[in-house]
Amino acid sequence: MSNNNTPAHPSLLVTASPHIRSVVDVNKLMWAVVIALLPAMGGAIYFFGIRALILLLLSIASSLLFDALGQLIFGRRLNITDGSAVITGILLALNLPPGVPLWIPVIGAAFAMIVVKQFFGGLGHNFINPALGARAFLVVSWPNYMTASWLAPQGGSISGLPEAALKLGTDAITSATPLNILKQGSKILLPSSDPELFYSYLQSWNVLKKLLFGNVGGCIGETSALLLLIGAIFLILLRVIDWRIPLSYLLTVALLVVILPGNKAGIVNYTLFHLLSGGLILGAFFMATDYVTSPLTGKGRVIFGIGCGVLTTLIRLWGGYPEGVSYSILLMNVATPLIDRLTPTRVFGTRRGK
Amino acid sequence: MKKDKPSRLSYLTSGIIKENPILILMIGLCPTLATTVSARDGLGMGLAASFVLISSNVVISAVRKLVPDSVRIPIFIVIISTFVTIIDYLMQAYQPGLYRVLGVFVPLIVVNCIILGRAEAFASKHGIVDSFLDGLGKSIGFTLVLFIMGALRELFGNGTIFGQPALPSFYRATPMLFALLPPGAFFLIGILKALVNKTALSGGKKK
Repeated sequence: MSNNNTPAHPSLLVTASPHIRSVVDVNKLMWAVVIALLPAMGGAIYFFGIRALILLLLSIASSLLFDALGQLIFGRRLNITDGSAVITGILLALNLPPGVPLWIPVIGAAFAMIVVKQFFGGLGHNFINPALGARAFLVVSWPNYMTASWLAPQGGSISGLPEAALKLGTDAITSATPLNILKQGSKILLPSSDPELFYSYLQSWNVLKKLLFGNVGGCIGETSALLLLIGAIFLILLRVIDWRIPLSYLLTVALLVVILPGNKAGIVNYTLFHLLSGGLILGAFFMATDYVTSPLTGKGRVIFGIGCGVLTTLIRLWGGYPEGVSYSILLMNVATPLIDRLTPTRVFGTRRGK
Repeated sequence: MKKDKPSRLSYLTSGIIKENPILILMIGLCPTLATTVSARDGLGMGLAASFVLISSNVVISAVRKLVPDSVRIPIFIVIISTFVTIIDYLMQAYQPGLYRVLGVFVPLIVVNCIILGRAEAFASKHGIVDSFLDGLGKSIGFTLVLFIMGALRELFGNGTIFGQPALPSFYRATPMLFALLPPGAFFLIGILKALVNKTALSGGKKK
């Protein structure tokens, strides 16, 4: 026995597979996402001031704290430097309205880390996206804070509407986000005003420009489509995220809003309004692409993106909420194991087809 | 567990944790999730189902030798629904408030799996005293879980217990509504199940 224990030359060592490892690991992927979110975080702080910074820092700190706490409770290896808790903290804060009380991100982080992540087995085992799970939990628990705490951004207003359009609506119109205004429809307009004129204001290039740059009301990280897209392109070029989910997601939403009836003031403007408003860009690029809760194969990811797009559009047009991004991603997260079962990869060496 | 014939006391005690109808056998989940929005509702539902379970267990055990095998299920159902009707009217007369809240879930006790399950699996094969003890044990286990769930959901979702303020007023001003809503019930029962698996069952596995 003892003869066999002499150390062999490294090239003669026989170990179990895998033999070739990628240089990419969890830490690098996670920190790449954090870097990609930097423009959006900067935008959040620019538009909503010191309050957004406090929300971000509180959310990140409490995510790290509760992740560590959960790991301690369940006797797992303590590891909070992989960046996954930081990402959850950032995404959670970016999904909060600027005016929420400061305990909201702390409670949300506790739910995300302990209930959604550590209860189900820690990193890589969460059944839904932790940040979105926490957001849904917060919306259900404290709807008054989560759906009405909008603040005017730097250099803009909550609704983003020009003065002439505001005159057509009731007072409630000034404290509603663009998507919310579209949802409430004629309820928010004065009986005497012309809806067609109003919708042409709402979907004017002027408002679309604000949606692109971010000086409208909304959750702190979702208002600026441009800053989110900069980070998203960085991630796609680095191949950290797969383009299939966001592309199929956005295309499905665009196609459906063109086909389905709505208060349209021009097809192009209406479609762009839907694509740029709300949390669609943030959700499609940064949350639907979460590795753990999205399908493994290319085909499965396309199905996932289409499912998200269909659900988002249906909720936006006919559902009870103005925005459907978070719920649609959560529902598709839960459907991911089924999609994976439907789209198995071909085993190497077997024949194509049946 | 012991191989020899279980003692009479174990019929009573096994229902509380080791064979808890909800957390171990995973039956009777529908009323557990739907009616536990407050400590009073959970306890009321638990006691109503307990009355039916114990009484029907005793009566079914008493008539078990008279009942032909082929028609036993209809006969069990008739016996069970008799007791459900009794508790339905009693609750309507003496606890109208609770009756209004529990609503359709009182008549639905008839099809509660725990009751028919115990009738089929236990009372139709054992004596009256054993069946009584079995019904009592399972009832305690069922009522205990319903009460704990109702109390926790009321505490977190409303800040009260039995309608009495239990948490500071700043919490009661903006309570965690999640706990009162269906997803809260699912998460809570999952957490309780995990706790029982970790504490009560892992001891058995290590042997």
